[in-house]
Amino acid sequence: MAREIYQAIVDGILVGGVYALMAVGLTLIFGVLDIINIAQGILVILGAYLSYELAARLHIDLFLGLLVTVPAMFVIGVAIQWAFIRPLRGRERTSMTLLVTYAIALIIEGILYQAFGPNYKQLNGWYVTSSVHVFGFYLPYIYLFGFVLALALVAALYTMLYRTRFGRSVRATMQDETAARLVGIDTNRVSAITFGVGVAVTAAGGMVYGATSGGFNPNSGYDLISRLLAIIILGGLGSIGGAMVAAVFMLTLESLVDVWSPNWAIVVFYAALVLVLLIRPTGFFGRQPVRAQ
Amino acid sequence: MRPHLPRISRNALALSAVVTLSVGVLAACSSSGSSGSSASTTPSTSATANKTPIVIGASLSLTGDFSADGINYEHGYELWQHDVNAAGGILGRQVVLKILNDNSSPTQVATNYTTLISADHVDLTFGPFSSLLTTPADTVVAHNGYAFVEGAGGAPSVFQSPANEADHNIFDVSLPIRDEMVPFVNYIASLPASQRPKTAAYPMADDPFADPPVQLAQQMLQALGVKTVYSKIFPEEVADYKAPADQVAASGAQIVVLGSTDVPTVSAFMQAFEQSHYNPKLFIAAAGPDQGASFTSVVGKANATGMMVPDGWYPGFKDAASQKLVQEYVAKYGGSASSMSSDVAEAYSVGQVMQQAITATGGTDNAKIIAYLHSGATLTSVQGPVKFDSLGENGESDAFVFQWQNGVFDQVLPASAAGSVTIIATKPNWAS
Repeated sequence: MAREIYQAIVDGILVGGVYALMAVGLTLIFGVLDIINIAQGILVILGAYLSYELAARLHIDLFLGLLVTVPAMFVIGVAIQWAFIRPLRGRERTSMTLLVTYAIALIIEGILYQAFGPNYKQLNGWYVTSSVHVFGFYLPYIYLFGFVLALALVAALYTMLYRTRFGRSVRATMQDETAARLVGIDTNRVSAITFGVGVAVTAAGGMVYGATSGGFNPNSGYDLISRLLAIIILGGLGSIGGAMVAAVFMLTLESLVDVWSPNWAIVVFYAALVLVLLIRPTGFFGRQPVRAQ
Repeated sequence: MRPHLPRISRNALALSAVVTLSVGVLAACSSSGSSGSSASTTPSTSATANKTPIVIGASLSLTGDFSADGINYEHGYELWQHDVNAAGGILGRQVVLKILNDNSSPTQVATNYTTLISADHVDLTFGPFSSLLTTPADTVVAHNGYAFVEGAGGAPSVFQSPANEADHNIFDVSLPIRDEMVPFVNYIASLPASQRPKTAAYPMADDPFADPPVQLAQQMLQALGVKTVYSKIFPEEVADYKAPADQVAASGAQIVVLGSTDVPTVSAFMQAFEQSHYNPKLFIAAAGPDQGASFTSVVGKANATGMMVPDGWYPGFKDAASQKLVQEYVAKYGGSASSMSSDVAEAYSVGQVMQQAITATGGTDNAKIIAYLHSGATLTSVQGPVKFDSLGENGESDAFVFQWQNGVFDQVLPASAAGSVTIIATKPNWAS
């Protein structure tokens, strides 16, 4: 039994890295724009399809392909923000963005169905099925690389937010958009770039998900969104490091419960969310709201 | 006094309108098999032109979790419609299909059949994909007195539902799924004791289709002395299959009997096994490997070799009508015979059985059709003979086990059955 528990912890941490990759973009977008991006799941799948196209048509390695898919997703993100999010104004903006991002998800799903059909795709590379043997456990390279990528992305986003002039603008916009505008920050530009960055990092999550999920099709995004939302709420809305910690915590917990009862694992996943929020309503690393309400 | 309405900017209103229109256009584009398009693509002779068409309604999962299967079912229904209309229709009447998308939702499927029956006034109904959707659909269909001929609702819970036990209106043209693993168990029993695997694992997705055959196989294998080292039911929407797959790998079971419903579940278990350097001697899944190219394109043809799945039909089935269907399918949708899913044949069989019932009863009276299908008549289909018992199960169908062998999907069990090739008795090691 002890071995099974250790194995479950290892699995939870590794899978948590994959979910962190998919969730950081979602929490970044919420933190700056006050938007619950319902399209995050389908954007993950879009990222997976972009990696698939590069690998299948041009034989580009999945990780190398991120040099193309991340900028491509950035452009897509900026375009979505400019076309659909930016025009929304007024008190009902947040609720409107829920509907708009859901509509965006449907549109992208429809396009992917037209382009690729319903059959499942899988991303492959030598590291997808290979593993390294450490202390009696087989650690698949794809999960290890995914975990390292998640840490690197979180570090990069922190550097961007806390070590650059643009990051200062982002944080100012997060705290009070009106005040930020009054001191000369182009909040439209900040919002567009932040949405673009949030979508861009999702390309990495999509690639790793596409290699580890056992197959994806245009519909696969719907299974993701509820878990991703739970992770960013638990981590603290807007907290990038919180998303990473929460993803690892939640998936490890689910993996551990799975040893005894797989059917209870998913229940415990969401019960843990409720319990933590009762004790700490802002999540692990969420701050008290400072935005003008 | 006028109520105070929240102010919405013109941009927001314009954007909402654009989004709504876009979604509407997209939905219109993605909904398929409408009566108009189906009728317009099929020939109509002058003799039949003036007769009222037979309108048949069905709900299919064209999006959502079952979309791969749902679209295969749509292909099967449409191929049957094309063939029937090309031959002059049924009783001189052309067939029009009206297919609605249920997005793989048990709620939506019931709504769709309500719409088809109450609003569209279809003459007859065909079933949806999966046992999970057939049961809620039948509550509506049975309530309205319609015969419900279907090909993918083979779980015991479908036949034993209150609606079917009261109205006896379900007719499943395919193999009842509970016994589908029996040829596999019989094969294990036929092995000399020294060669018989000693341990087995039974991971199961929580689904009415996936579990019953695996649970029966577990009971029978245990009775043969095969020790159960893992048996758990996991939710269909797990975050990742790595945890349950690693537990199976750690058990070291020689046989894995996977209660799966789709390709990703099987593929994820295979991937995790390979990552753990674990290769069971025999690996059979309830569903997934039967999906033709959809399966091999995900797992690779080399890794597919040795993978088994129970079913009642495969593209190599030696039957003239079946071979004609395979040729038609490949001509219309491309690929090879092995890339064709059994869903297509199941759906086509639904049409064939309904066609024979309409012809025998002289029309589309559902009460007469139900009585006829329960009369004990033996009907024909591309899957083989069809004869229904009192709850609508097809008692004539035989269970077979199929195996991928070097890129070809072959029938292997029962070994004595016509068309069976030699089974790969030990699954080769993972290829990548």
